[in-house]
Amino acid sequence: MDRMIYLSMAGAKAAMQRQDVLSHNLANVTTNGFRAELQAFRAVPVRGDGAYTRAYALETTIGYNDAQGPLTPTGRNLDIAMQGKAWLAVQSNDGTEAYTRAGSLDVNAEGILVLRNGMPALGDGGPINIPPNSQVEIGSDGTISAKAPNQRPTTVGRLKLVTSEGPLTRGDDGLFRAADGDLPADATARLQDGALEGSNVSPVETMVAMIAAGRQFEQQMKLMQIAQTQGQQSAKLLGST
Amino acid sequence: MMRSLWIAKTGMEAQQTQLDNISNNLANVATNGYKRSHAIFEDLIYQNMRQAGANSTEQTTLPTGLQVGLGVRPVATARIYTQGNLQQTSNNLDLAIKGDGFFQIQLPDGTTAYTRDGSFQLNANGQMVTNNGYTLLPGVTIPANAQSLTIGNDGTVSVTLPGQPTPQTVGQLQLANFVNPAGLDPKGQNLFAETAASGTPNTGAPNNNGLGALQQGFVETSNVNVVEELVQMIQTQRAYELNSKAVQTSDQMLQKLAQI
Repeated sequence: MDRMIYLSMAGAKAAMQRQDVLSHNLANVTTNGFRAELQAFRAVPVRGDGAYTRAYALETTIGYNDAQGPLTPTGRNLDIAMQGKAWLAVQSNDGTEAYTRAGSLDVNAEGILVLRNGMPALGDGGPINIPPNSQVEIGSDGTISAKAPNQRPTTVGRLKLVTSEGPLTRGDDGLFRAADGDLPADATARLQDGALEGSNVSPVETMVAMIAAGRQFEQQMKLMQIAQTQGQQSAKLLGST
Repeated sequence: MMRSLWIAKTGMEAQQTQLDNISNNLANVATNGYKRSHAIFEDLIYQNMRQAGANSTEQTTLPTGLQVGLGVRPVATARIYTQGNLQQTSNNLDLAIKGDGFFQIQLPDGTTAYTRDGSFQLNANGQMVTNNGYTLLPGVTIPANAQSLTIGNDGTVSVTLPGQPTPQTVGQLQLANFVNPAGLDPKGQNLFAETAASGTPNTGAPNNNGLGALQQGFVETSNVNVVEELVQMIQTQRAYELNSKAVQTSDQMLQKLAQI
């Protein structure tokens, strides 16, 4: 059997997987703090008997785009946008420390500062308690001050902001983690309060990549057709003798 | 069959949810005490189809894996409790809250609901009621022969009666506040109900202990910002279109596949 058809099959499969990744990026074009998934095709050469001619294509995701997303001012005192390469530390559902750029915070019924999905935001010493009936302000270095009625504002904690030297890895829950343990708090990291960071997915890039993936898929289909015709031709030749 | 079709579907659904919220905000642009809400999204779980760092041979590892996210979902509708504009009505039963807090309303089933809509009326018994006829808690009864009604910014209700020069105090209004007002459950009719997420209400006199001050003769209008909603609507529509394009591209790919 002609091996060419398997090569085009691998190519078509890779193009389809690329389409999956691109669709995911597009679906999250309005998700706060979303980091676009980057993708790359990799060649996997097949070495065997005879001439070394074949290389299968493999789709890989090589990481995330760490460019800053657009800032949208919301005017809400518990919305924060991390500046530069800073990340906000949160306690994920499995209890480990994870990092996010989606800084829409809330106070839950127990008075703990949480993300919109209910995970507590971490301070330097664990989750942060907000006194009831108080007015909360978040400073640019993550310091949280709460002003109880008829009292001076007091500092109730400081959000843990970290900056990673190397790239973080994205977990299955969409949160980011450092490869070698928890990162230390970065005193120089800054945030902007009253604003949220949008998704850093570029719709233009993604749409163009999607067109490219679609056409690439078509090309593979064409190659499959050629393989099919060639197979037919050779079967005819063999049959006529 | 093809993941991207379903992933793009989650994107379209999410944008549809956002548009529902925007439509509701715009529909309530003139509702007293209405607080705008927006959908908040988060990415769905990721599928590791090939783990980065797995061994490709005994000595070498794969430098990159293949991680495919499965789309997006709305995680919450965040209600934004910023102050709405105070609009003067000169009606002496209209009250606006400047600051935090809610009026407490007794529902016909005996439970308490909370509202920021302070346009009250009197019922046949002289009690202060909402436009739906639910009584304000703690109940205040205005005497039928009252000449004027004054509600102070600390909630003291006083009336002047015929033939009496000094005003008489007939009641004291109270406000309730929550640790997490965003966790309140909207019931319609401008009312909110307490939930496990909101925490229990802390009641007290207005203009005291962090509660807002009352302003007689004013109502609090909706805090919907029309410009913001329209911009959000444009963004939502375009994001929807982009996701529908992803469905279309995936469809074309499958079509080509079926043609061989």
